[in-house]
Amino acid sequence: MTAYLLRRVGTSIIVLIGISIFVFLLLHAIYPSPARDVLGLKANNAQIAAWNQQHGFDRPVIEQYLTYMNQLLHGNLGYSYADNQTVGSLFAERLARSIYLSGMSLLLAILIALPLGIYQAVKRNSLGDNVLTSAAFILYSMPSFFLGIILIQIFAISFPILNFEASQSTNIWVVVGDWHSMLLPILTLTLITVAAFSRYMRSSSIDVLAQDYIKVARAKGLPERLVLTRHMVRNASLPMITLVGLFLPALLAGNLIVESLFNYQGLGLLFYDSLGKADYPVLLAYTLIGAFFVVLGNLVADFALTIADPRIRLA
Amino acid sequence: MATGQASLPPLDVTRAPEGGEIGPIQSGWRLALREFMSNRLAVTGVAILLFFLVFCFLGPYIYHANLLQTDLINAHDPPGAGHPLGTDTQGFDVLGELMKGGQAALEVGFFAAFIAITVGSLVGAVAGLAGGLVDSALMRITDVFLAVPFLFVVLILAIRYGASVLSLSLVFGLFAWQVPARLVRAEVLTIRERDFVLAARTAGSGSWRLIGRHLLPNAFGVVVVNVTFQVADAILAIAYVGFLGFGLHYPNVDWGDMLSNGTTYITDGYWWLIYPVGICIVLTVMALNFIGDALRDSMDVRLRRR
Repeated sequence: MTAYLLRRVGTSIIVLIGISIFVFLLLHAIYPSPARDVLGLKANNAQIAAWNQQHGFDRPVIEQYLTYMNQLLHGNLGYSYADNQTVGSLFAERLARSIYLSGMSLLLAILIALPLGIYQAVKRNSLGDNVLTSAAFILYSMPSFFLGIILIQIFAISFPILNFEASQSTNIWVVVGDWHSMLLPILTLTLITVAAFSRYMRSSSIDVLAQDYIKVARAKGLPERLVLTRHMVRNASLPMITLVGLFLPALLAGNLIVESLFNYQGLGLLFYDSLGKADYPVLLAYTLIGAFFVVLGNLVADFALTIADPRIRLA
Repeated sequence: MATGQASLPPLDVTRAPEGGEIGPIQSGWRLALREFMSNRLAVTGVAILLFFLVFCFLGPYIYHANLLQTDLINAHDPPGAGHPLGTDTQGFDVLGELMKGGQAALEVGFFAAFIAITVGSLVGAVAGLAGGLVDSALMRITDVFLAVPFLFVVLILAIRYGASVLSLSLVFGLFAWQVPARLVRAEVLTIRERDFVLAARTAGSGSWRLIGRHLLPNAFGVVVVNVTFQVADAILAIAYVGFLGFGLHYPNVDWGDMLSNGTTYITDGYWWLIYPVGICIVLTVMALNFIGDALRDSMDVRLRRR
């Protein structure tokens, strides 16, 4: 077990290093130096060269990479010349808002998808199952922004009971309290996630229901309710752990779309604004940190699975 | 599942021991095709996809629409005579734009899927056949690409190099080969232990011949299933990129961009700028998902009903 964990952590570190090299080189190739943006269009080549030398942008790429990574590991994410602010402080302002939107949506999606998938598996091929499967299929094929637009049309324009713009407050507790404005963004992200999760939950529940231990439980006369709660739910939920880990990239992307649709001042919208401003330090730091979280999420999911499922005892 | 059994004629082979005729053994492909055709959703998916192919690529030859000259007098007209789906805020005909945007979406979808499948198959086959250090290295590279948030890198490249059908397809394809690579590697790992591969080796086949003639053709099933999902993902991806404003631009049209423009006027009630194009995206992606699911069911011998 320990050997497995160590090996798993080891490969994750190798992958993380690979990601950082790849992303850094890619952005460096596109945008070698912010000198032109800092000094303006009138700066001549000598001034730019001097600025580059002063700030270390004339060093070999490998050296720049190592410097950047060293700074990153010490908590310095770089400097946004477009916003005249450190990238770290830009992130800090918005982190809580993005965590609230994504975390709440993920949590709600799990809470909805689990019982939904189990219900569909138990009542499979019934009318309810067919309706839910069709709905999941449509949502699964729907871009999140189109779903968001439909929800806005229904709940904010045709029946104006909710706001079509997310809360603009900088205080996270005000944002959390303002469900009037936050319900639509959260609902959009939740529904898209539920569509993906419930399909897996349904099929894993069907697999579990066909297992011998379920037959044994039924044969010994256990009421169906207990068969489900004691023997089925936990086993059928196991694949969800891996799925949540695998779903993190999609969640980051969904965040970007939903935040820009509802004008929610989170990290996704920061990335979107930085694209328009060609603010590469922000783009670089965000892409790197996003990738780190994906790797970390998958690692945690794998560990959680070995703890939750005693059958997995890898050497 | 068992209800579909009646629609399948019994196989000649299985009846032979009872004294019936012994017919030719049906090939796996024909069985798969029959399985596929008996799936109603799959046939619906193929029909929708064919409709969109005809609509987008042949439609413009029959339905001529103004997509180049702004016509502000006839801007944002509701559906009516001359403009079956109305006009947008530039005075362009929405139906004509749907066709043109669909061309871009389908071209990017299929081209990106082709690149992803080609790269993925090669990486997977080489990794699976070579094993050892090469395998580990290639699989770690696959892990790297799997963890890099795809949409973010695509957007960064799109603002720097501009978006065209070709550039978007290349970028989508080069960031989507990881899943086919893993699938093909897993297939190759089992296929390479078979006797026919040993026979081919004994006969003097080199690694590339082994990959091209024996391993890839036998791993084709998993690849075919993945293609449709790849096309669907790429069509969604171009819609996302277009919606965020980094997609194709005038005189080209993409569905995401159209929807994004329509969204600006959502409070004005210009519904024809939003729902027709949204429904086009959903239907195309859904059709491809139907086909993919059905292909997976029909290719997987274990799931096949008998």
